[in-house]
Amino acid sequence: MASPYGQPQPGYGQPSYAPLDGGYPAPYAPYNGPASAYQPGVPPQGPTRGPPTSAPPPASAPQHYNQYTHSQVDMQNGPPPMTQAPLRPAAAQPYNQGHMNMTGPLASYPQHYGPPPPMQQVTNQMTGMQITSGPPTAAGPGYAPPHSSQPPINTAYTAATQSSYTQGPPPASSAPTQPPPPSGPAASQEYYRGPPPPSQQPFDSSLPPTSQQQLTSSVPPPPSQQTFPPSSFSDPAPRLQAPAVSQPQPPFPTPQPAFPSATPSVSQPGFPGGPTPSAQGSFSPQPTPPSSQPGSFPPPGPPPTSAALGQFITPMAQQQHPPATQPSPYHSGPPPPRAQMPPTSMGQSNHLPPGPQGPPGPPGPPGPMSQPPAQPGMQTGYPPQQNGAFGQVRSPQPGYAGPYPGQPNYGAPAPAPAPAPAAQKRLDPDTIPSPIQVIEDDKAKTTEPFTTGVRGQAPPLVTTTFQVKDQGNASPRFVRCTAYSMPCTSDMAKQSQVPLAAVIKPLATLPPDETPPYVVDHGEAGPVRCNRCKAYMCPYMQFIEGGRRFQCGFCSCVTEVPPQYFQHLDHTGKRVDCYDRPELSLGTYEFLATVDYCKNNKVPEPPAFIFLIDVSYNAVKSGMVNIVCNELKSLLDLLPRENPEMDSVVRVGFVTYNKVLHFYNVKSTLAQPQMLVVSDVSDMFVPLLDGFLVNVNESRQVIESLLEQIPEMFADTRETETVFGPVIQAGLEALKAADCAGKLFVFHTSLPIAEAPGKLKNREDKKLIGTDKEKTQFQPQVGFYNNLAKECVAQGCCVDLFLFPNQYVDVATLGVVPVSTGGSVYKYTYFQAQTDQERFLKDLRRDVQKQVGFDAVMRVRTSTGIRATDFFGSFFMNNTTDVELAGLDCDKAITVEFKHDDKLSEETGALMQCAVLYTSCSGQRRLRIHNMAVNCCSQLADLYRNCETDTIINYFAKYAFRGVANNPTKAVRDTLVNQCAQILACYRKNCASPSSAGQLILPECMKLLPVYLNCVMKSDVLLPGADVSLDDRAYLRQLIGCMDVADTHVFFYPHLLPVMKLESGSLPVALRDSEERLSKGGIYLMETGLHLFLWVGASVQQELLLNIFGTPSFSQIDPNMTSLPVLDNPFSQRLREIIDSFRAQRSRYMKLMVVKQEDRTELIFKHFLVEDKSASGGASYVDFLCHMHKEIRQLLS
Amino acid sequence: MSTYQEFIQQNEDRDGVRFSWNLWPSSRLEATRLVVPVSCLFTPLKERPSLPPVQYEPVLCSRANCKAVLNPLCQVDFRAKIWACNFCFQRNPFPPSYAGISEVNQPAELMPQFSTIEYIVQRGPSAPLIFLYVVDTCLEEEDLQALKESLQMSLSLLPPNALVGLITFGRMVQVHELTCEGIAKSYVFRGTKDLSAKQIQEMLGLTKPAAPGQQGRPVAPQEAAASCRFLQPVHRVDMNLTDLLGELQRDPWPVSQGKRPLRSTGVALSVAVGLLEGAFPNTGARVMLFIGGPPTQGPGMVVGDELKIPIRSWHDIQKDNARHLKKATKYYEALANRSAVNGHSIDIYACALDQTGLLEMKCLSNLTGGHIVMGDSFNTSLFKQTFQRVFSKDYNGDFRMAFGGVMEVKTSREVKVCGAIGPCVSLHSKGSSVSENEMGIGGTNQWKLCSLDPSTTLGVYFEVVNQHNAPVPQGGRGAIQFVTTYQHSNTQKRIRVTTIARNWADAQSQIQHIESSFDQEAAAVLMARLGVFRAESEEGPDVLRWLDRQLIRLCQKFGQFNKEDPASFRLSESLSLYPQFMFHLRRSPFLQVFNNSPDESSYYRHHFVRQDLTQSLIMIQPILYSYSFHGPPEPVLLDSSSILPDRILLMDTFFQLVICHGETIAQWRKAGYQEMPEYENFKQLLQAPLDDAQEILQTRFPMPRYIDTEHGGSQARFLLSKVNPSQTHNNLYAWGQETGAPILTDDVSLQVFMDHLKKLAVSSSS
Repeated sequence: MASPYGQPQPGYGQPSYAPLDGGYPAPYAPYNGPASAYQPGVPPQGPTRGPPTSAPPPASAPQHYNQYTHSQVDMQNGPPPMTQAPLRPAAAQPYNQGHMNMTGPLASYPQHYGPPPPMQQVTNQMTGMQITSGPPTAAGPGYAPPHSSQPPINTAYTAATQSSYTQGPPPASSAPTQPPPPSGPAASQEYYRGPPPPSQQPFDSSLPPTSQQQLTSSVPPPPSQQTFPPSSFSDPAPRLQAPAVSQPQPPFPTPQPAFPSATPSVSQPGFPGGPTPSAQGSFSPQPTPPSSQPGSFPPPGPPPTSAALGQFITPMAQQQHPPATQPSPYHSGPPPPRAQMPPTSMGQSNHLPPGPQGPPGPPGPPGPMSQPPAQPGMQTGYPPQQNGAFGQVRSPQPGYAGPYPGQPNYGAPAPAPAPAPAAQKRLDPDTIPSPIQVIEDDKAKTTEPFTTGVRGQAPPLVTTTFQVKDQGNASPRFVRCTAYSMPCTSDMAKQSQVPLAAVIKPLATLPPDETPPYVVDHGEAGPVRCNRCKAYMCPYMQFIEGGRRFQCGFCSCVTEVPPQYFQHLDHTGKRVDCYDRPELSLGTYEFLATVDYCKNNKVPEPPAFIFLIDVSYNAVKSGMVNIVCNELKSLLDLLPRENPEMDSVVRVGFVTYNKVLHFYNVKSTLAQPQMLVVSDVSDMFVPLLDGFLVNVNESRQVIESLLEQIPEMFADTRETETVFGPVIQAGLEALKAADCAGKLFVFHTSLPIAEAPGKLKNREDKKLIGTDKEKTQFQPQVGFYNNLAKECVAQGCCVDLFLFPNQYVDVATLGVVPVSTGGSVYKYTYFQAQTDQERFLKDLRRDVQKQVGFDAVMRVRTSTGIRATDFFGSFFMNNTTDVELAGLDCDKAITVEFKHDDKLSEETGALMQCAVLYTSCSGQRRLRIHNMAVNCCSQLADLYRNCETDTIINYFAKYAFRGVANNPTKAVRDTLVNQCAQILACYRKNCASPSSAGQLILPECMKLLPVYLNCVMKSDVLLPGADVSLDDRAYLRQLIGCMDVADTHVFFYPHLLPVMKLESGSLPVALRDSEERLSKGGIYLMETGLHLFLWVGASVQQELLLNIFGTPSFSQIDPNMTSLPVLDNPFSQRLREIIDSFRAQRSRYMKLMVVKQEDRTELIFKHFLVEDKSASGGASYVDFLCHMHKEIRQLLS
Repeated sequence: MSTYQEFIQQNEDRDGVRFSWNLWPSSRLEATRLVVPVSCLFTPLKERPSLPPVQYEPVLCSRANCKAVLNPLCQVDFRAKIWACNFCFQRNPFPPSYAGISEVNQPAELMPQFSTIEYIVQRGPSAPLIFLYVVDTCLEEEDLQALKESLQMSLSLLPPNALVGLITFGRMVQVHELTCEGIAKSYVFRGTKDLSAKQIQEMLGLTKPAAPGQQGRPVAPQEAAASCRFLQPVHRVDMNLTDLLGELQRDPWPVSQGKRPLRSTGVALSVAVGLLEGAFPNTGARVMLFIGGPPTQGPGMVVGDELKIPIRSWHDIQKDNARHLKKATKYYEALANRSAVNGHSIDIYACALDQTGLLEMKCLSNLTGGHIVMGDSFNTSLFKQTFQRVFSKDYNGDFRMAFGGVMEVKTSREVKVCGAIGPCVSLHSKGSSVSENEMGIGGTNQWKLCSLDPSTTLGVYFEVVNQHNAPVPQGGRGAIQFVTTYQHSNTQKRIRVTTIARNWADAQSQIQHIESSFDQEAAAVLMARLGVFRAESEEGPDVLRWLDRQLIRLCQKFGQFNKEDPASFRLSESLSLYPQFMFHLRRSPFLQVFNNSPDESSYYRHHFVRQDLTQSLIMIQPILYSYSFHGPPEPVLLDSSSILPDRILLMDTFFQLVICHGETIAQWRKAGYQEMPEYENFKQLLQAPLDDAQEILQTRFPMPRYIDTEHGGSQARFLLSKVNPSQTHNNLYAWGQETGAPILTDDVSLQVFMDHLKKLAVSSSS
């Protein structure tokens, strides 16, 4: 490895371009790593290619973006593609999708997909189109034009779905790449002034290669290759070869068409999706190509491609030409952008892709991207380097393939072979449903505030920013359903297999422009409720008999209206005061609870926060103790309160512990705090009452003195053993003694091995992974904590656990209490004060400050016909209906699954009411009510039309993650795949218009289901890599358990943002999570909800580096930095703004990790490129889609 | 030596010893016939200003089972440099250091006036004294404040190098760490859980995990260091501790209506004992327990926390209705024994209006030589001054306390030791001089006195084992040697040796001599101790019956009478007071529980078995002084006839000091005559008893309850309950005479008692 790198580096040293070259190799180096063989090849390539590549790379990277930008910004772009369109039929496909979507969204989803009637089908087709060339065309008239290009692809698909896909994308990629060349130059000028021209030249010289390059450039290829071979597709290798050829060509054509088809406006959104895909597509194809390329293509590259697919060939040629031409048009576009560094690059990239063929430049960029693929022919400029590298890489890859059989991922490996023919041609990623496209479409579609008055209306996606107006149903911020049109009968539900669930986040924080729920006070009488089912007064209650009675919408029981609540009805049968009363007009509101709703019929005491700090050797050494104590001093002013003007009534207490516990008396009358050591951990008790829980303001002096002294006191500690069970017991006992609810903040470092209740031993055993015993590792080690959790819940004692482990701590067991009490677990492995302090402190601050309810009980009532049957989240249940939460904060979501127990009627729809009884942080007892009404349908098509994939994924993830504790992981994965296949097969069978069996047809609303599901399947919990510890898995498992839809979405499909060009006010369009999408010359920001990465390409322009890092040298970037330097330039400011805004959206602070291309840490980053094959054996998106298709076909046959 | 009186006095002054018989009957049979055993009251550390300790080690008899110390009674061959042990007759050479010895150059221990001699021994490292305060925080605010002040004050009285520690308890038990700066740190134990010593030490961090990685050597110092967290030299933590005490709060746990505060005395003591046991075994230490109420939870609980269930009374105990009694007693006994084994003593300062469980806890002090002080409140001078007096110093400026005492008794072969009664525990050392017949704590010739002071007095009982047919040669002497090793308050290790000898007398021929050698005061006290000792385990009436029988037998033995003629009964002078002592003893709170709570009884008995002869006699028969215009103050009969209107009476019962103004005096005083210059003499009369009382108050430990009352006052009952009820409502013949005040009681008067005694003594049937 080293040697290869070393060589490339010299390249860096050289001219400014050097970076590019060097950069590329470097990034790929990782790949190369495996293949020592690469080195030889690389070096020669390096020098020669160096120049060309450099030029192109910039172009390429930008290209992707450019496409977007073009579409958005430049009309020109649009047109050029149009013109090109014909040339690039293949390319059109990818775009089409995008377009389709775009347009579709505007009108309606169905529309998108061309075939108006079979809206769904259309969409499906769109996606499917690619797969089945022939049929799709027919199916989608609207698409016809694109189809033309598609056809080839389709054919390919038909032949072998896979192959077809690959083809599809490649063209797209090629197309984009082409445009880039033009832009490329521009970009190059700025970035790589010298290089651009050369790059082009080189490309020109080897046009074919260029195209290939692009394809190849898309890094993915190498990975893809890897994935393929191992993956279900046993044939991958062959496919790759074949596709390789074909791909390059198709890509080009396709992209163009896409552009044309897409209306300008539409196109924009479309482009983003399209282009990227195209680019990606190109990449993906590339990978395949590379494999093939190495063989025969390099020289013949172009010809072969043509040979492979006559159609394509032509496009290729055309494309090539166009590129040249295009460049100019694009250039025009790009130039302006260029002025703005980032945009230009963006634009370029976009263009480049289209131009790919002609412009070697584009390929160049891609080359870097997809160095591996950089197959000889394809990547002219880059090719040499990349190719060499890749070629070698691949060879090694095969080896990898072995280690990670793709099949394991899929339940059934068999299918792979079948597609063998198809295998020849890989699916073009750009042609398969793109999450980014969908997200962008939805954003574009959502212009109006979302009003909740209409029953069964699906809200915008979680990724879309929108305002909500409560008009009778709960805001989607509180409740999101998997289906907004529920099947009327259980048979339908069973048939469709679509999970019926709602994700409820009862105390969700609303944006400042939305009003928090109104608080209704009905005085001593308390809330008005249905006599039978006890549902609370809500808009679904029908007043009858002149308002003297009301009929419950849930159980139909008629209840007398209490006299003090009586009101006359107007002529429509509505109460006159309907709009004066939140409970009659809103979906969400709160009741003040009466004493009847309080424990022991006693008004609750204000809650208390108890901080329990581990002060063992590790805790002190890591700096944790110091940090916590320091922070608490200021944190105590931020305790939650309802009225910002008032002081918080929350009382606080402090405990430190190692093998024994130290309580502190911080009574305000004391001059100094007093420490009370309790060594009797076997039988925990609270040694003091008065002075333990205190009001912060009264005891401030003493508390500060205490916090000052704790670090000093234990600075020299040599105690390494800790206890854990007694710690929670201590907090619990303290709350019991004070007779209040509250929250424990436990800061803990190590496995509790000291002799005490709840003592644990190290049981991590990697050998169990994959066996039937694996599940035991997710189960608590001892029963002690379950019982303890039960006690905690009874007392309303919520536990938040902050872990700072240096080794195994058994999160699965330690987490039992937090999870059962509605608490959170935070884990900072290998905590170091310097680097992790900020993340921890932000988390802590937020955790302390956030609104939280205590001693809560949640009950979900539904209309007759369905029933809440299962609950997922952090809570405890004593019976089957009451969800008990010792603590419930604003970040916790609970997923509720519904099952039929009778028929529903289309007329009344299905109602649900979630009532949460809780004690607010001021000690007030309240009821928060969320009402939700959804439609019922007797047609499956309606169900599929009103689904929310993100929510379904949320449900699936929670369902699966919970399942791993009881079932073998493999079984859980199989179940997931099966259910997903059944859902899709059911659609295909019942809702889609007839089409070839080889065609993959997806419901519009669920077209992302496969990709997202694949992400779930590849998560560390379900498919652990070799370096993933049991603790990490257990941690994620419980973390996902209480995530809401937005959290799971970004967690499973990270948000990848190119940040080469930034504009204030708007964010750049995100990229798909694939390595192909990355450009060596680019900088990307990735957000997973838990991590934040800033990936820096090796060939990034100095200026950009200067702007961001304050250093012109890539090698001088400190990979350990956790925050960007504060530099006084707009770019830096904007980037930091974006980072801050990302962080603000998440409940947990995301530490920024700067990942330098080819750096060691890149492996971590790549783990989150979820569309690619994962190191732990997870399938790539393309592979998984094929697999899914196969599964569906099996089900259908 | 003219009279036995003087002889006795002289012996007491010199050796601190008072024998019941100063001539010993020469055979076992005769000895038993004397009724009162050959026994003595021995004050091991009697203050001897004239006795400077010698700075060398005692010379011991070389016989392994003898080891007697060289003493004036030994025969010495100055030429051969050999001495003969007077107990085992072993001939021992003098050690080399005695080479220069001769008739004119004798070491101190051979001089007759040094029959008691003290050696300072330089052996082993001197350990500092340790004072561990164990403080109840379930007190009224006022009480707690007073206690805190007393404790703070006491810090200035402690020897500067003494180690001091603090444990507080209420519902929980807190062991305070004293070294910490800033944050006051304490270890907390649950008040309901009985913990073993090992657990306690582990929880306090006194035991390091069994040598993982730790070499054997470093452990010891570390351990010491660890324990030092809780026990620190006074001079170092003076300020810390003062602050700590200052911040001491009342037990914060709420006590609801109708409940007693939860007081974990048992666990607190167990922790204290465990702490010292682990940290400083066999070092002089004093656990000072301050309690304001009974233990109400956990092991050693005396009463539950329900106020509606009162604490046990004698009535309950007699009816076997005291739920916690046996368990608690057993618990505290176990603690006391552990503590005694380690040489730590436990003081109990109980201040409360109700009982505090002294009955159950008494053994803590009784077995370890600790003090018990009982008062109504910590905010009284009784407590404050008593507590202060614990730290009083002698003429040398040394504290009047010694630790870790071991008293060994060696006897010549005709005598064996039966046992001892006092604040000691047996060391179970079976020497040749141990009798099989046990009296008091027997079966050993060594006793441990964990803590002793100059007034600590043991009753030691002997048995003459010489058979009647092998009489001791005339002119022979029996010898007894007391060897007391102890840790002086200045941390020196010392050995005090007292060797005494008494002549043998043939009871047949020399009964007169023996009778005149009777020390009736000592005998009364020694018999009383036996009685009290029995009373601990036997029913009250049985003890009284036993005492009566002993008295009657004694009277029969030594009385001069004609059979069946009570009127002819006479006792010689040397026995004349003895029946009267017995009369008052029978009425004393040591044997009578009526009108006393179990706690009070325990308290009185505790002090009775440890005070010297004078104090003990006062306890048996209080002293009554009369002040009048008729003459100087004079002692008067402890009799109701002494209660006269124109007198002021001062009664000292040891535990109380009562000044009672006669009816007339009281009226005058009320009229304010003492304020008038012309009645200066009256003022002086009023002042005289106060001054005398003050003098007593100054010296007595524990400080007596001081009562100033007048005839007819409610407090006068203290006086009325003590005087001989010669006039009662039953014998109204006295009415109208100028004979004091009648007592409303059914108790027999001395007169009646004596009449019965005479009758029984002269009766041939008994």
